[in-house]
Amino acid sequence: MGLFGKGTLASILQRIFGKKHAKIGIYGPPNVGKTTLANRILRDWTGDIMGSVSEIPHETRRAKWKRNVKVENGGSSLLMDIVDTPGIATKVDFKDFMNTWGLTRDEAKRRAKEATEGVIESIKWLEDIDGVLLVMDSTQDPFTQVNVTILGNLEARNLPVLIAANKIDMEESSPATLKSAFPQHPVIPISALTGYNADNLYTTMVNHFSKKRKKKRR
Amino acid sequence: MTKKDNGISFNLVSRQKLDELTSSEKLQFILKEVKKGKILVLEHGLTPMEQTNLIENTMKEIEHDTFIGVEMEGLGQDKPSFIQKILGVAKKPRVTLIGPANLLKTICKDSDMIQTRIIPGRGAK
Repeated sequence: MGLFGKGTLASILQRIFGKKHAKIGIYGPPNVGKTTLANRILRDWTGDIMGSVSEIPHETRRAKWKRNVKVENGGSSLLMDIVDTPGIATKVDFKDFMNTWGLTRDEAKRRAKEATEGVIESIKWLEDIDGVLLVMDSTQDPFTQVNVTILGNLEARNLPVLIAANKIDMEESSPATLKSAFPQHPVIPISALTGYNADNLYTTMVNHFSKKRKKKRR
Repeated sequence: MTKKDNGISFNLVSRQKLDELTSSEKLQFILKEVKKGKILVLEHGLTPMEQTNLIENTMKEIEHDTFIGVEMEGLGQDKPSFIQKILGVAKKPRVTLIGPANLLKTICKDSDMIQTRIIPGRGAK
């Protein structure tokens, strides 16, 4: 036990200056690994999972959330409500589900309809979160309009953003490209699938999302 | 841009025209034109909040066989000056290209150039 009784200096400072509880949204385009990352976080800290994953885009079509996920970093910690949101897209074509993924016409139309509703729900959640874990595919071009739009929106709201450069287990990944594309935000290379570098992500999440900020509401 | 039997045309929308519209009117105008199969080049782009609202409105308008959404690409925002930052003046977006997703496809984009392709034979009906 130290000078300040229970807890480290870091945890005491966090209690004084920082947040202890934050609602964190996992955002990004379809198929970048949002639910895989949500499952990784929950498995590591609660032993639970968030939802099913699939190679077919728009697998998550309703937002799912898990309350009171305590992520620890040495002497400090952050209690988070994790919200796994449907992928945001500017277009949804049911024919893609038929031609690329072999769904029947009815299945494809139903999935497309639910996907559009999911995008709307994701956008509505932006009003109600304290920070965003923005997942990007490090094997893809980062300058997509969806990435740029989400980031611009979050910056306008002054919400803290942490970019997870996912899929670094793949040979063609280039997290350095993401870092140079968005130097104004912390970028953490990670493989949500294998868990590689997850500890670094958790450390950064606790530090970054604990900071007090004045949220702008639009 | 509209592709009909007699060719293709682009619509360049001036900053002045856009400035005359409220955000809501601007989004209505854009979506209405894009649903007709037109490709718009906005001299003065949309703010991030307007872009998000456009995505939301687009999702509400999607119809399986006639409108699958939009392709939208814009060049980055102008950096605000020191004085603008102090005064809290919002960053101004630059030129933006918006069209129907079944007609327009982005090939690549960086901070200085947007490269797109028209998908042959899929113009406005």
